[in-house]
Amino acid sequence: MINLIVLPILIPLLTAVLLIFFASKVKTQRWISAISALLNIGVAFSVVRKVFVDGIQILNVGSWVAPFGITLVSDMLSALLVLTTTIIGFAVILYSFSSIGKEREKYYYYALVQFLLVGVIGAFTTGDIFNLFVFFEVMLMASYVLLVIGGTKIQLRESLKYLTVNVISSALFVISVAYLYSVVGTLNMAQISERIGSLEEMPGILTVIAVLFLIVFGMKGAIFPLYFWLPGSYFAPPIPVMALFGALLTKVGVYSIIRTFTLFFFQDKDYTYELLMILAIITVVVGVIGSIAYWNIKKIIIYNIITAIGVILYGVSVATTTSFTGSILYLIHDMLIKAALFLLIGVMIKITGTSNLRQFSGLIKHYPGLAWTFFIAAISLAGIPPFSGFVGKLLVIQGGFTAEEYIGATIILLSSLLVLYSVMKIFIHGFWGVPKEYAKKESISYRALLFPIVLIITISVLYGIGSDYVYSYVSQAVQTLVNPELYIEAVLKE
Amino acid sequence: MEILMAIIIGILFASATYLFLSKSILRIIVASGLLSHGAHLLILTMGGLKQGAVPLVNKEGIPVTDPLPQALILTAIVISFGVTALFLVLAYRAYQELGTDNMDQLRGTEGND
Repeated sequence: MINLIVLPILIPLLTAVLLIFFASKVKTQRWISAISALLNIGVAFSVVRKVFVDGIQILNVGSWVAPFGITLVSDMLSALLVLTTTIIGFAVILYSFSSIGKEREKYYYYALVQFLLVGVIGAFTTGDIFNLFVFFEVMLMASYVLLVIGGTKIQLRESLKYLTVNVISSALFVISVAYLYSVVGTLNMAQISERIGSLEEMPGILTVIAVLFLIVFGMKGAIFPLYFWLPGSYFAPPIPVMALFGALLTKVGVYSIIRTFTLFFFQDKDYTYELLMILAIITVVVGVIGSIAYWNIKKIIIYNIITAIGVILYGVSVATTTSFTGSILYLIHDMLIKAALFLLIGVMIKITGTSNLRQFSGLIKHYPGLAWTFFIAAISLAGIPPFSGFVGKLLVIQGGFTAEEYIGATIILLSSLLVLYSVMKIFIHGFWGVPKEYAKKESISYRALLFPIVLIITISVLYGIGSDYVYSYVSQAVQTLVNPELYIEAVLKE
Repeated sequence: MEILMAIIIGILFASATYLFLSKSILRIIVASGLLSHGAHLLILTMGGLKQGAVPLVNKEGIPVTDPLPQALILTAIVISFGVTALFLVLAYRAYQELGTDNMDQLRGTEGND
């Protein structure tokens, strides 16, 4: 079916529209959104299979040939990220049933989650730079409302800051697109790449535009000097929303950096890739400093997002086949594991009523299932061999050492230690020790909350064990990154 | 003509930056308005300001101005309308709930121990 690749965008969009009509019927909303999310996983999976068998999939919207209309492009990287997004979406929706509360559910919570998924999946699939901007805005609009829904004081305060930062970065995105349009005269990503590629050498203005794009997407993806908004904003919303944000939003920025840097700005690697590398390394350092500094479990996980972004972008900046493979493996692993970790600390906060690590201990006595799930998530995050974080990080570091970028690779190696320390701190202080008063609250339906987490952790463990199987998919994704011609040929074939 | 526009857009960006750095929320919202004006004018300028007919169907075949930037601006305008409306309502709610419009007093200390 030729329209297959638009379905992952269309299904959540139609679901969101449908959900608006059932605002007061919470049960109906839950059924609709769960079924649609499950359906979308199936569709995303068939897209991955299709891309694996038949190569890059193109859909010219409205049958206008490639550079003139909007083209949707699904290469292996997009398809894999879309699949991961749908899985996380499904898990978070299941988790929301027993966590988010009726008050928020009645005010279009599920519709907003679906709109957020539309934005994220659309941003992964589009082949047009301005369309990417529009999908960014769809995603951001939904995220503004998800951040503020409920209207508590902290949410209102942090939404103001989050909105201000994103208004500025969106305006910068528009400005960068305007500059790029005036230089190359097209908006189709494949044609931009072709026109830049046909130049003898990259003119200075394109380097400037590359840095502008790095600033724009770095602001969305929280790299070193532009991460300042993230710790506060991600602290405010309820847990399922936090999981969606932590797993998806920043990764869209990272994906955009990967896409633009491998497709547009691959000629003058000296300056732009060097800059990206320095920023990535400092991002890792800032992330680990934050994650070991705090005693608040939310903050610890939030700073771990920043570390992971640094690791992924370091792999991208090295720009060899090995390091790209590592980055993509790590990107998918990190989306899954961050969602799982946020949902896990959500359960912990629900049980103990606090996110301060100093105020609880001994959870393992009454909640062994939760404890061991957290343990697996923690060691996956750090990259202990049989689990999912290992292969990605291994290849990133191997790529770094082969390209003789010793400093960065060593820092990333050392950062794993501190990442492990930061999550083990939660495990040791929170789960071990003497149980405290709160320990036997009957009202907590903790099994219902744990089910989606176990689902994600299982997928992540399988992902780690079946690295061989996943590798064949990821290496296909890397093909388009190291060879932009494949992408251009697929889009502009006529 | 482009140079004149570039200077004007630069002034808009400068004013927006100045207002973004102020303390009152309303000034920040005004700044976001100015910033989006600047961005939209920049798209128009970057598309080229050469003279031509309006991009409607014309049978005479005279050259028309570039229609693409105009479509982009139209899209960007409605998006920034939506965001600005949300921003204003959010500022109103925040003023009701938190009782201040001074960004300095909206600092958070949760979880920073």
